[in-house]
Amino acid sequence: MTALSAPETLSPRPSLIWGAALSLAAILWLWGQTVAPFAFEYPKAWQIPAARWIGGAIDWLVKDAAIGPIAFSDVTRFVATLIEQPYSAVLSILSTGLLSGEGSSAVQLWPPLPWIAVLGLFALLGFYAGGASLALTTVICMGFIAVFGQWQSAMDTLASIIVAVPLAVAGGFALGLAAWKTPWLDRALKPVLDLMQTMPVFAYLVPILILFGFGPTSAIVATLIFAMPPMTRITTLALHRVPDEVHDLGRMVGCTPRQMTWRVLVPSAREPLMVGVNQVIMQSLNMVIIASMIGAGGLGFVVLNALRRLDFGTGLEAGLAIVALAITLDRVSQALARRSRAELRQGNLIQRHPFIAVALSIILLSVLLARLFPALQTYPDAARLSTSAFWAAAVEWINITFFDTLEAIKNAILLGLLIPVKRFMLSLPWVAVVALLGLAGWRLGGWRLGALCASLSFLIAATGQWEKAMITVYLCGIASLIAMAIGVPIGIAVANRDRAWTITRAVIDTLQTLPSFVYLMPVVMLFRVGDFTALIAVVAYAVVASIRYTVLGLQGVDPRLIEAGRAMGCTDRQILTRIRLRLALPEILLGLNQTIMFALSMLVITALVGTRDLGQDVYMALTKANPGNGLVAGLAIAFIAIIADRLIHAAAETQRAKLGLGQQT
Amino acid sequence: MTISPAFAEAPEKLVCRNVWKVFGTRAAEALASLGTDPSSERLIAAGLVPAVRAVNLSVRQGEIFVIMGLSGSGKSTLVRCLSRLIEPTAGEILFNGQNLLAASDTEMIEIRRHKMGMVFQHFALLPHLTVLENVAFPLEVQGTDRRTREARARDIIGLVGLGGRETSYPRQLSGGQQQRVGIARSLAVEPELWFLDEPFSALDPLIRRELQDEFLRLQTALRKTIVFITHDFDEAIRLADRIAIMKDGVIEQIGTPEDLVLHPATDYVREFTRAVPKAKAVRVASLTQPEPPPADAPGIAARATVAEAGTAFLKGHDVLAVTDDSGQIIGSLRRDDVIQLILGGAG
Repeated sequence: MTALSAPETLSPRPSLIWGAALSLAAILWLWGQTVAPFAFEYPKAWQIPAARWIGGAIDWLVKDAAIGPIAFSDVTRFVATLIEQPYSAVLSILSTGLLSGEGSSAVQLWPPLPWIAVLGLFALLGFYAGGASLALTTVICMGFIAVFGQWQSAMDTLASIIVAVPLAVAGGFALGLAAWKTPWLDRALKPVLDLMQTMPVFAYLVPILILFGFGPTSAIVATLIFAMPPMTRITTLALHRVPDEVHDLGRMVGCTPRQMTWRVLVPSAREPLMVGVNQVIMQSLNMVIIASMIGAGGLGFVVLNALRRLDFGTGLEAGLAIVALAITLDRVSQALARRSRAELRQGNLIQRHPFIAVALSIILLSVLLARLFPALQTYPDAARLSTSAFWAAAVEWINITFFDTLEAIKNAILLGLLIPVKRFMLSLPWVAVVALLGLAGWRLGGWRLGALCASLSFLIAATGQWEKAMITVYLCGIASLIAMAIGVPIGIAVANRDRAWTITRAVIDTLQTLPSFVYLMPVVMLFRVGDFTALIAVVAYAVVASIRYTVLGLQGVDPRLIEAGRAMGCTDRQILTRIRLRLALPEILLGLNQTIMFALSMLVITALVGTRDLGQDVYMALTKANPGNGLVAGLAIAFIAIIADRLIHAAAETQRAKLGLGQQT
Repeated sequence: MTISPAFAEAPEKLVCRNVWKVFGTRAAEALASLGTDPSSERLIAAGLVPAVRAVNLSVRQGEIFVIMGLSGSGKSTLVRCLSRLIEPTAGEILFNGQNLLAASDTEMIEIRRHKMGMVFQHFALLPHLTVLENVAFPLEVQGTDRRTREARARDIIGLVGLGGRETSYPRQLSGGQQQRVGIARSLAVEPELWFLDEPFSALDPLIRRELQDEFLRLQTALRKTIVFITHDFDEAIRLADRIAIMKDGVIEQIGTPEDLVLHPATDYVREFTRAVPKAKAVRVASLTQPEPPPADAPGIAARATVAEAGTAFLKGHDVLAVTDDSGQIIGSLRRDDVIQLILGGAG
């Protein structure tokens, strides 16, 4: 608490400092153009050619780097085989069947698992994890995929996930365990994990593409990089949260260090670890979809292709198939996490392992039946439903009937809000912005934070990314504000109504499991490409965070304080504005933080629909296979995210300290 | 340091000599440089936080030794020093005459596996194991085969009154039942030395009382050497053969409950004992007069508390015959002396 309030004691008149700083900035902005042009446009001569350096470094890695006789490219090739072997095995089981020969001349020696078998196995898994209702859910979701003709693509996607998830879980867990055991590794990993999680995924697709080539292997490597950090974090956190008494117990019964880790600590941390596994699965799905750009194939590729051809019907169906797959994987893995260990069963081998026995018989039976009825092997085309024509017609109808209305809304927002803000942001002198960010950091969290904010924002300018960064900030800022303006009132409305909150939570939980790609489909249909479309997609994706945190904050307010307010004769309105919102402010600030993070990650995806910001740079680098530009733009986005994150966290902490709520754990 | 008469002859099981625990960077050197018994002020000035200061005590075989103190008094740190879960900064801890602080890690593992048991305040049950597996866990760690360890675990589960709940998981049990599992687990290896770290503090008062009785019943049967930590003075009086009262890392006084009540050594101890009903702590022996009782006087054991003599006085007797452990009459207990004690005149 003292650390946080220290700046105030140093300078007793905070408003004076801000007033002076802002007026200096305003003077520079209004009249500085002629005196100090370098303050507005970062001089080319001073630029750090970071993109060229990074490009050169990756070139060197691929071509020349070697430790002794082992070249770096040997290492990547080794990793690639390590991933390729299990992947092709899983793929042949689920999708292609056992092939002999290469490419189009390949002959199928043995067919893949019949679709009915996969459906049956999912149902069984659902029943094992969560009973009949979950089994029904999985059958509906997987059935939907089959009926709408997405089975093949879905199995390709599933194969990538089945290979990526165990690797990401094992890798993340091992890293988390190591970080928990060695404090210096923990300290060293933290900034790396921060960067891995804030860096837009497109940015590292390019170097991976160069190192591993176009194809599913690259996609899986990218997925590993994307899905491992949360597992690492959760592992370290979960092990730290094991109560001291449990450590003491382990030592008192005389555990060796190995027994301590594997028999006592890891099992005690099982629940949070399983939450980590669920996160890895969902992150992997999200990434496998995005990685269709570097050859992952599957459902993501169908959506991407449809987006390019503006074939909304097909895109939407594949998008819904992704939703169905996401819901299945999420519900099943959550249920598995909650499931307690079964009582030991007695009896012979089959009686002791009834589920494995049923699974084997499902496979055996369906393979035999599929020989007799080909419809059970591959879902028959005749029984397929396609709604794509309907959707295309519907979109066309909406576009024709409401063209003027939609266009008017779009233009009003563009002209009235987006363009003026964009112009204003672009006219700001970078020197003033860097200085003000530094000042904000210093005021909120001491000189370290100030230095961090100033230097990160300076680096953005120094690498020649200022203009693009400002466009990113403007889009992301407006989107976050709109998301908060929608999310906070919804949060207030549902926080104290149990039924409404249950329904809202079910909806936002589902929305959060959807890969970000899916959000683009409906918006593009209605508004075509451009900033406005991006804005809507970003708002739709980010609003979930603002609702969730608002509700969390409001529900966390001590009920005794509300009672006290009521006893003093406050009206409902006064209780809301004077007590509940006041005390929930730190949580709502964290909600804003999450909203911004969501918005930034979505913004990169919206580059697909033609924005002009850093995301576009990253995306262009991907299409041109230019790793330097992609990484530098990616880093710039990560820097924006880190600055926003640290400043808002510091503000939330200051608020908490003022309210005496204590540190957030 | 008085010893309750019942254990005067018993051998010393655990001896603690000038034990210090000081937190801070390079605490051992810093502590050594400050000489013998530095004051708190000097330690804090040197950047050290003293948690346990110059503790001397000895626990005799078969006695219940209670360490009592409020939160922050250092009692939890001390008990963890005794089992070497926390490394003491200085001093000696002798268990069966062997200095634990000189034992290697492997020796410590062996000692803990076979000779020590510990019960924890928040139970510390492993959530993924059943009651049976939790109780058998210490044996499993040692590599005992399944049949032996499960048979042993079943026995103890029966002993603590949880028979029939073997296949339940901890979360399916009430707090009191969970702590019974904790107690059973700590006894699984038949330890010589039994640590209980505030075992009943997390339980509600009725269950606490029930488990205290259970604990005394177990001790009558098992005769372990016990170090029992509590912040509840009533609990200490009820269970202890001897009590050590701790404050700010220092032991203020060690004595039988009666000693503490009748002869508090410091103002702090007096504060604690003031609210205690003296009749429940003071033994009949302390008020016994050497004169022979009347022939019709009912008998009362010298070891009984004065409160236990109350019912006999209520039946109209003025004097009770005090007997020793063998039933021999050794003197008489007068009603007036008892009233004087209760009203606060005596002691």
